[in-house]
Amino acid sequence: MSELIPVLLALIILIGGVIVAAVLTWFERRLLGVWQDRYGPNRLGPLGIGQVLADMIKLLFKDDWVPPFADKVVFIFAPTAIVVAMMMGFAVVPFAPGMMIIDVNIGLLFFLGMTSLAVYSVLLGGLASNNKYALLGGLRSAAQMVSYEVFMGLSLMGVVMMSGSFSLVAIVEAQTDLWFCFSQILGLIVFVIAGIAESHRLPFDLPEAEHELTAGFHTEYGGMKFAMFMLGEYLGLMLISCMIVTLFFGGWHGPALIGHWLPPLFWFGFKVFFVICFFVLLRAAIPRPRYDQLMSLGWKVMLPITLINLVITGAVLLWMEGAG
Amino acid sequence: MLEITLFYVAATIALVATVMAMTRTNAIHALIYLIVSLLAVAVIFFLIGAPFAAALEIVIYAGAIMVLFVFVIMMLNLGERGDQQERQWLQPKIWIGPALLSMLLFVELLYVISALEGPVSATAVSAKEVGLSLFGPYVLAVEIASMLLLAGLVGSFHLGRRYLDRGDLEKEGE
Repeated sequence: MSELIPVLLALIILIGGVIVAAVLTWFERRLLGVWQDRYGPNRLGPLGIGQVLADMIKLLFKDDWVPPFADKVVFIFAPTAIVVAMMMGFAVVPFAPGMMIIDVNIGLLFFLGMTSLAVYSVLLGGLASNNKYALLGGLRSAAQMVSYEVFMGLSLMGVVMMSGSFSLVAIVEAQTDLWFCFSQILGLIVFVIAGIAESHRLPFDLPEAEHELTAGFHTEYGGMKFAMFMLGEYLGLMLISCMIVTLFFGGWHGPALIGHWLPPLFWFGFKVFFVICFFVLLRAAIPRPRYDQLMSLGWKVMLPITLINLVITGAVLLWMEGAG
Repeated sequence: MLEITLFYVAATIALVATVMAMTRTNAIHALIYLIVSLLAVAVIFFLIGAPFAAALEIVIYAGAIMVLFVFVIMMLNLGERGDQQERQWLQPKIWIGPALLSMLLFVELLYVISALEGPVSATAVSAKEVGLSLFGPYVLAVEIASMLLLAGLVGSFHLGRRYLDRGDLEKEGE
């Protein structure tokens, strides 16, 4: 039976991931509506949830067109890369004790590797479209993602130092007494910002900034291929949220005192839901920065913060080791 | 047994992808094959008991360095013209010299491998051991690499700075 859990979980993630991503498209629009004092899609079905179905039918039955001037093979391959990479990323997420596909001792690095592979989707999509707006979007995403990957990796090193392992299960277990969101507050801030930049969502969606690049890297995409890009983006949002909860908010551990009232899986899901809502709030509240502002924020603010965090964490750990 | 099968599958993918990377005339297609080859090598690292090296292979080589390669190709954006030029350069007679030389290396490699006994050690190397050996026996190499990176950093800073201050330079020239 225990051998079957990873297989079952993989199937649940494959199917559930797609469904949750589809529902998220509606949920995000409704929530944005609430925060921006308007309705959002509210006509189809209860609360407008039928909108998900309508959107899916529309996207599935659209003509699957490849522009004649595009690089055909790469154009078709590009949207699949982001979905595959993000789905692979879920393999190491520990949802609850014993509920994960695989617990490897390089879990954190595996996650970083998968997010860095997802960049190719945007890059190759922009390049294969053979369109200047798509190319500009792809170029921006390359520079943005490669830069923010650096801080993303570095901001997690504090967590790794404190738990002494790259394994995500070990990291969650190290947070039994105190969540890392208190002791690694600087790491958390940098990781959240880098996470938004990596999943290129508003306010950091410069690769597709519609007011200057029409639709950026997916200008030429439509129908199912466009849906794949969207699916990848929402899977990325979910993956980043899962990672924030795992690394900084105690994973499956509930809050002290009331933590035992409900099962670990509920606490994990609840916290992920909360983080996703926070990301939507960011989208509703903050306007898009200019491209050079984004890059200088990265290299002039985020990099020093992560390095300071690393030095302080290391010093405190060594000091505690000497004292204890 | 399963591991050996997996190894040979990954090794075949790596070899085929590398050959394809060398023979493509379209730079982007060649790069995608090169990325596939790197991923296959990462799988091999994982199988022979170096998971840390496998993860770094994906994060650094496939995830960062190759992205920069694609970035440069996008900046140049040669398109069809680049393909034609490449096709001209990749004449069959160009291949003779390198093929002969690598044939010699291949024979040498076969000889060395046949002299080896049994499989390479299959104990897993953890991240901690890699770190300890980097700052223990190989500390000189780490220092040299960091100096090289610093030189690169200073160089690119210099180039970027001159571009920004060109107005001032021109004023000085007047």
